[in-house]
Amino acid sequence: MSHTSDPSVLIAQIKDKLGIGADKIYGVIGDFAEPEDLVKAGRAIREMGYTKIDAMSPFPVHGIDEAIGVPYSKIGWIAICGAIAGIVTAQVLIYYVGKINYPLIIGGKPLFDFTYSIPPTFELGVLFTAITTFLCTWGLSGLPRLYHPSMNYRNFHRGSDDRFLLVVEADDPKFDAQKTAQDMRSVGAGDVEVVEG
Amino acid sequence: MSAVVQDPQLIEASPPLVQGSRDLHDLTDQISSVVEAKVWETPLKYWITLVCTGSIVLLLGAMLTYLVATGIGVWGNNRPVGWAWDITNFVFWIGIGHAGTLISAILFLFRQKWRTSINRSAEAMTLFAVMCAGIFPLFHTGRPWRAFYWLFPIPNTDLNIWQNFRSPLIWDVFAVSTYFTVSLLFWFTGLVPDLASLRDRATSKVRQVVFGILSLGWRGSARHWRHYEQAYLILAGISTPLVLSVHSVVSFDFATSVIPGWHTTIFPPYFVAGAIFSGFACVMTLLLIARWTLNLQNLITIKHLDNMNKIILVTGSVVGYAYCTEFFIAWYSGNIYERFTFLNRAFGPYWWAAWSMYSCNVFIPQLYWFRKMRTNLWVMFIISITTNIGMWFERFVIIATSLTRDFLPSSWGYFSPTWVDICTFIGTIGLFLTLFLLFARFLPMIAMSEVKGVASHEKHSFAGQAEGSISHR
Repeated sequence: MSHTSDPSVLIAQIKDKLGIGADKIYGVIGDFAEPEDLVKAGRAIREMGYTKIDAMSPFPVHGIDEAIGVPYSKIGWIAICGAIAGIVTAQVLIYYVGKINYPLIIGGKPLFDFTYSIPPTFELGVLFTAITTFLCTWGLSGLPRLYHPSMNYRNFHRGSDDRFLLVVEADDPKFDAQKTAQDMRSVGAGDVEVVEG
Repeated sequence: MSAVVQDPQLIEASPPLVQGSRDLHDLTDQISSVVEAKVWETPLKYWITLVCTGSIVLLLGAMLTYLVATGIGVWGNNRPVGWAWDITNFVFWIGIGHAGTLISAILFLFRQKWRTSINRSAEAMTLFAVMCAGIFPLFHTGRPWRAFYWLFPIPNTDLNIWQNFRSPLIWDVFAVSTYFTVSLLFWFTGLVPDLASLRDRATSKVRQVVFGILSLGWRGSARHWRHYEQAYLILAGISTPLVLSVHSVVSFDFATSVIPGWHTTIFPPYFVAGAIFSGFACVMTLLLIARWTLNLQNLITIKHLDNMNKIILVTGSVVGYAYCTEFFIAWYSGNIYERFTFLNRAFGPYWWAAWSMYSCNVFIPQLYWFRKMRTNLWVMFIISITTNIGMWFERFVIIATSLTRDFLPSSWGYFSPTWVDICTFIGTIGLFLTLFLLFARFLPMIAMSEVKGVASHEKHSFAGQAEGSISHR
């Protein structure tokens, strides 16, 4: 980014980076009444050679991931790292406090022992896993992002209500506003719109 | 209410979980309308109830202020009962909190679809119950603003202290604070898609901004859902052992001591069963009230209530079995102190508390063996309340009977709560109800995205069945 202090220029640059602006096209969106239709249409669109496909639905539609080629979530692996971090933190903390920094003999018990460190270790493991999972759910989805060009679609609000939306994004190599809209209609989408960024 | 009991759905072999509104848009409307209603559109009975419970919260504030200003001597904690009313209330509230995570996590892993209409409110109830529970240990320190250094391992230069990790009391701090945090994250994760629905429906600028920020920009993209579903599964998976660990750790506070009546290995499973028992009863009380005041009969059906009553029956019987085992082991151990404690529990000065507990927890729930009782709204409302009275008495009996009469007869005593004790407890009930009422009015009480998933699934699998049942009659 250049060294300008003019806020309007800065905003324009940020918008440009995010692909937002009236001069840009985000993609073509169409809607469906039933989740099965969405999956069928998604598969058909993908078979036409489109690669940048997305779907929006009020609840998770099963089968859509493979139909439009969304890879499996890797969040589980990150969660395991969170669990390990929690266990290590707890063990180090209990060892440091009990044996190094504040050694006190209480009830004749050892200054550090694996057995009595189990409950706090378990709890910290769970805590770190939960926080990691929580943050990654949004982080990996690109959230929080309060504005997204797809919100310009006239039926966007029904995507969280009772309709199932299919999107072909403009950065798809095969994308052509007229042709893609035609393709969308041919797979049964209603209310097809070329959405501006 | 009786019209609902007579509902023809009971005759069907497997009634649908969502009635009336088969259309997804109807569902959104029905659930969101509560949140979107104008002040004067919400029934007057709601606002009157809120004012009543809100004034009880003021009582709580007054009691806690009085406690901090005067000292913890205003509570009845004294020799020989150092753990008195406040620990009873702490264990009571933590126990209530257990049903929420059980419904949202364990029933999720067991693919119990009926949980979808009740899990959101049960999770919220968990959070509020844990908040109420936290008040007691926090304020029994007398100086709650310093308690964070005593409770959590925060490096500090003025006190120069660290926690003693050999003590189950610090395990308790870890268990309860983890439980609260994880429940909060789980609850919020479930809320995000519904907050997005509310954002998309919002007509005023304020609502758009508020729900827009809270929903984090969620748009239900397939790329969101794949992470979301995976995360939900992980959170459910880790919450399951967590919920079992929390009350086990609470029971360690008792079980690792040498007091007769506490020093038993049955405590962890016995406490967990009791916690689930009381939690389900509390969910039942709140759901029946919400179902009646906000007209949610189509979403919280008799089938849901029937299933919950079955769980209450099972856990109540587990608790009854634990009582029997305790008595048997007290006799079989040959330990005279242990034997005395249990005879004293049933026939000593606190006999009235012990028999209230046996009646409310073991005898009364046996009515649920009968289907008629499990589906009668008045019966379940009354049993849900007696269960919680019984479970409160269980904690009181465990603490008071063992501490008032332990090894040395010269140090025996009798515990009576002070008026501050009683008013503080009543105050936490007010706080709990107020928070729940606010939640039920200002956030979607039923998980829309989950119910829609179930409704859409049922529409296809029940389409043929519905026709069949009509022709059958």
